[in-house]
Amino acid sequence: MMNLDLARWQFAIVTVYHFLFVPLTIGLSVLVAGMQTAWYRTDDDRYLRMTKFWGKLLLINFAMGVVTGIVQEFQFGMNWSDYSRYVGDIFGAPLAIEGLLAFFLESTFLGLWIFGWDRLSKGLHLACIWLAAIGTVLSAYFILAANSWMQHPVGSIVNDERGRAELVDFGAVLTNSTAVGAFLHTITACFVTAGMFVLAVSAWHLARDRHTEVFRPSMRLALVTVLIASLGVVVTGDLQARLMTEQQPMKMAAAEALYDTVAPASFSLFTVGSLDGSQELFSVRVPRILSFMATGSFDGEVEGINQLQAAAEQTYGPGDYTPNIPATYWTFRLMIGFGLLAGLISVVGLWLTRRRARRPVPRWFYTVGVAGLVLPFAANSAGWIFTEMGRQPWAVYGVLRTADGVSPSVTTPMVLTSLIVLTLLYGALAVVDGYLMIRYAKAGPPPAATATPTDTDGPRPLAVAY
Amino acid sequence: MALTDIWFLLIAVLWTGYFVLEGFDFGVGMLLPFVGRTEKDRRVAINTIGPVWDGNEVWLLVAGGATFAAFPEWYASLFSGFFLALLLILVALIVRGVAFEFRGKIDSDRWRRNWDIGIVVGSTVPALLWGVAFANIVAGVPLDADHEFTGSLLTLLNPYALLGGLATLSLFALHGAVFLSLKTHGDVRTRSRALAQRAGLASVVLGGGFLVWTFLAHGPFWTVVPVLVAAAALIGAVLANARAREGWAFLLTATAIVAVTVTLFGSLYPDVLPSSTDPAFSLNTTNAASTPYTLQIMTWVAVVFTPVVLAYQSWTFWVFRRRIGAADIPAASGLPARNGRKDEPVR
Repeated sequence: MMNLDLARWQFAIVTVYHFLFVPLTIGLSVLVAGMQTAWYRTDDDRYLRMTKFWGKLLLINFAMGVVTGIVQEFQFGMNWSDYSRYVGDIFGAPLAIEGLLAFFLESTFLGLWIFGWDRLSKGLHLACIWLAAIGTVLSAYFILAANSWMQHPVGSIVNDERGRAELVDFGAVLTNSTAVGAFLHTITACFVTAGMFVLAVSAWHLARDRHTEVFRPSMRLALVTVLIASLGVVVTGDLQARLMTEQQPMKMAAAEALYDTVAPASFSLFTVGSLDGSQELFSVRVPRILSFMATGSFDGEVEGINQLQAAAEQTYGPGDYTPNIPATYWTFRLMIGFGLLAGLISVVGLWLTRRRARRPVPRWFYTVGVAGLVLPFAANSAGWIFTEMGRQPWAVYGVLRTADGVSPSVTTPMVLTSLIVLTLLYGALAVVDGYLMIRYAKAGPPPAATATPTDTDGPRPLAVAY
Repeated sequence: MALTDIWFLLIAVLWTGYFVLEGFDFGVGMLLPFVGRTEKDRRVAINTIGPVWDGNEVWLLVAGGATFAAFPEWYASLFSGFFLALLLILVALIVRGVAFEFRGKIDSDRWRRNWDIGIVVGSTVPALLWGVAFANIVAGVPLDADHEFTGSLLTLLNPYALLGGLATLSLFALHGAVFLSLKTHGDVRTRSRALAQRAGLASVVLGGGFLVWTFLAHGPFWTVVPVLVAAAALIGAVLANARAREGWAFLLTATAIVAVTVTLFGSLYPDVLPSSTDPAFSLNTTNAASTPYTLQIMTWVAVVFTPVVLAYQSWTFWVFRRRIGAADIPAASGLPARNGRKDEPVR
């Protein structure tokens, strides 16, 4: 039991930490590619300065995403060897393809982009950042297809003789409705994250009236990005809620702490009650909303935890099939709440910075913009904690219990060692990375281009070097 | 040829690619304090691998992913069995990766020196431990009937494995030194060439010893070919390096690494992880493999995309083919060490 808890803590810590960097990398790489495209087409020096400034922050962040990603792949074999044995036939394929198709693309072309400023033609150099950005998006698709198979196993059968799940239809795994839903939801969330990041840094500079020629367009770009992406997050979130109700009704019931089946079901914004749900002390409810979220109809029936638990015992035998209810309930609300708040900021921001606005942008908005930086990161983390904890006690829904996935040969001191080592290392890196990000964000963009003497025959230093 | 054999071969190819490519950037990392007496020289050394080290490392990720997909039992037994060794490798790779990216970001000697330690240690530890790991894979480890590893970290630190570790360490040092002398001019080149001679000698002794031991203890008869190729290539590399034929020297060290990997995988086949407890408990290409259906899909993906990856990675090496020296290195571009009142960047 101890090993299971420690391995789960390690998975949670390294995954949430890794996912602080990934969404920003994905969103920002596309935004930087867009900025460079604007420079390529207009030759406007402001866009070049934007590309270089945001590109540098992208690189600092990218490095952290890469190094923490290695642990992600290896810990399945290290801490979850029985899981790996059981699902490798299905789960390994998207992982391997992610490496071959996506990781090579992003790492190789990002290397070319960083060091290729004076080695490649303008168009080729632009293509490099786009290919790296495409690589990050592809990588998200494959890893989410793998994860979605755990949420909603399709295209596979269980081979009792070999004691494992086996792939029978790879197309079904790649086109899993859960994977498509998760991909769209995650990618739009990545753009909210990158947008809020660009907004925060821009707002900080604009509040001090610095580099306005670079940060005003940056802020507008950020606001438009966040607005569009937030709408996308809402729409795809709605789609996912319905899929979840259909595929993992227990997760939906836990998300609402709904103990008994009701129709129509209300959505509670805030509830204080006893943990087993027998008493509700205080609650703010919006009638019929849960019915709508879950089924698409305002009168839909939503199944309760007690009924689902009884049904699960019928199917899988005795046991506890409920996830941690308070954790699921709150992370679900925090995800939605933080996400909506980010969207709201973009609406307000776009109104305040609209072209015909007579008054200058009020200072409080800059403060809000800077503070808003926590929102996407908190929402992303809460979202993953919700979706992973909500699936418990299953590692693969209805197929393999999490408890049956841990490595039998790994001892408690070993798991504890790795948990401590990685947590301390990640903590230290968080400090360093935070320091560098803040320093570089505050430093601002490079100065406008001055006529560069390129005609000399002597040795010319590289444009970019470590 | 069965699909399982094809995948054994493909995984061998991925590891070969990984050792040939990351091998030289490990070498460059290890030799950093020896070739880079001045800050400029250290930057020259680091920039020879700057554009490519990350792409090189992806070979490892793909090798890991491919093992997971094609031989899940191998992946599970190996990664859980070699737990602490892998943890060390992971920590080393993490520190090394951020060190490359972060060292130039702050313009301070202390900052850079600390990250340089990260680069050196982060390059040396995996270079040593990959050899230890592969020697153990070839020699076999205690596996029970469920293919679970029953040994401890000490089981892995046997004389044969330690020699394997020293062999990869010296080989990668040589490979890195030769790469450095191929990619630089000036002081770094001179020092790298001198270092390559010493690393070459160590490689011939340690790598040769390891290969002979492997051949005698585990290798089928035909592996005498790659063993001899490795020996000839190593000696040839040392000679070519002495005559300043760096391109040839690099080609030869790469050949030696290929030959060593071929020897190791050739000695392993058809097992993928032999059991030293009872040969009946060994994992082999059949009982560790995924279903033919999965292997088929993966084969198609590999056949279509591997040439594409090889093409653009080769192109990267072509783009950055020029030698660099101290004169090519621009002034430090990092921000000043202390955040004073002035927030304006210094460039």
